Amino acid sequence: MKEHETDIGNKKAVYAELQDVWVSYYNKWVLKSICLKCYQGEILGIVGPNGGGKSTLLKVIMGLVRPQKGVVKLFGHRPDKHTRLEVGYLPQISKADRSFPVTALDVVLMGLYSRVGFLKRPGNKSRKVAMEMLDRINMAEYAEKSFGILSGGQQQRVHIARALASKPKLLVLDEPSTGVDSVAQEDFYELLAKFRDEMNISVIMVSHDIGVITAHADRIACLNLQIHYHGEPDSCFEPEIMQKVYGKNLNIMVHDSRCATCLKKHEHND
Amino acid sequence: MIEIFSFEFMRNAFMAGIMLSPVLAVVSFFVVLRRLSFVGVGVAHSAFGGIALGVLLGISPTLTAIAFAIAVSNAIGYTGRHGKLNSDTAIGIFFAFAMALGIIFIGMSDQYNVDLFGYLFGNILAITGEDLIIIALLGGLVLISIFLVFKELLFVSFDREVALVSGMPVAFLDHFFFTILGVSVVISIKIIGIILVSALLVIPGAAASQITDRYIPMIAIAIAVALISTVGGLFFSYYADIASGATIVILSCFIFFILFIIGRCRK
Repeated sequence: MKEHETDIGNKKAVYAELQDVWVSYYNKWVLKSICLKCYQGEILGIVGPNGGGKSTLLKVIMGLVRPQKGVVKLFGHRPDKHTRLEVGYLPQISKADRSFPVTALDVVLMGLYSRVGFLKRPGNKSRKVAMEMLDRINMAEYAEKSFGILSGGQQQRVHIARALASKPKLLVLDEPSTGVDSVAQEDFYELLAKFRDEMNISVIMVSHDIGVITAHADRIACLNLQIHYHGEPDSCFEPEIMQKVYGKNLNIMVHDSRCATCLKKHEHND
Repeated sequence: MIEIFSFEFMRNAFMAGIMLSPVLAVVSFFVVLRRLSFVGVGVAHSAFGGIALGVLLGISPTLTAIAFAIAVSNAIGYTGRHGKLNSDTAIGIFFAFAMALGIIFIGMSDQYNVDLFGYLFGNILAITGEDLIIIALLGGLVLISIFLVFKELLFVSFDREVALVSGMPVAFLDHFFFTILGVSVVISIKIIGIILVSALLVIPGAAASQITDRYIPMIAIAIAVALISTVGGLFFSYYADIASGATIVILSCFIFFILFIIGRCRK
């Protein structure tokens, strides 16, 4: 695989880096020779089919799975207790229990628990930080509402407020489009870009939805056990790469108005 | 009204019930949120093996029962996280194993006057002053330790993955919770019995969840449900002359149905 170094690489710090990472489950390789870089202030989208190793890759980046081979570095260090505090994580929405007896504010507060410390309770200062985060996602008025009654899009925004409450340097998102309607999705990615610019954080998101990833990521990586492409979004649609990532049945791929190649064609036609 | 308190065993039973109610209610809050109802059943039944071992060895059955309950609940928790066994299957295996051991232990012991029925269904006549001290100490320990790690337990129950990523000691919290579950079961056996104790590990929390969606009110309501059930159940069982454990459980079920209906009507 050829690393597509861009000029941002020379100016900005590398927040997450994987060098020749191999991971196996039950004697079967699920990640092979992964090399990946995510720079400060960029949204890195990882796209690939289900079962292609996306979730495992996220776990490796967050330090939850240790690779059999290779080097993982977060902010220049190996993942440990300290780097964990610098990583915010947004799981798939569908995994949260809707009947759980907490308010939106309670959920955001959870993001501060590891900073509050063991055996201590979050105080007024934490509540203030949590309220500020809710305000930044335009959900201050929902602070005391039950988390369960919020819509998928609102829950996702609360999740992002929780993930960012502890001011991490890196935000990791697992299938952010799942369970959220398309209008809420647009709002969400706008919010994500806003936080990237305001807090200068890195974002790594995985999705099987190639349209979403190419529309909103600064750089992308195409993953199916191996990384078949790592660079700007617009050139990943080379048929060769697509075939390697998704196999030969390309016609079942999601294809919508944001498809970068089509947009280019339209521009040429215009 | 006065007559009931003139008996020492009734006074002991009321004190035990009042002390156990907040313990069972708080544990049930987490049992319901973490969907561990069946774990409660398994752990309670496995305590039987421990009781039988205590009888066989001639030492305090409460101690051996606690050891059994803690071992089995942690084993269920462990196999649930590791191994290719889901916790449902693990419960089915461990619970049968501990019960079968119990039956063998009872058979081996030469004591024929053991009140097995009392352990299975509860026997308030058997609650001694020593039991009250054990309930106060262990129950107090359970409540204090839950209070200390409450926010971590809540986070792990809500969103395990994110809790893990944000540095919560998830594995420790799991084993901690399974341990206090085991302890809570054993200290409740004399008043409610092995067969029925799991009901009070579910019903107070489940009943409270019908009418509130905030955790602090939910815990408060769960405690109230447990208190009303145990105190009310003891009164009723005394005057109607029926089994106290069963009365407590049936009363708690009634309260659950009432709160369930109220919860439906409000929606």
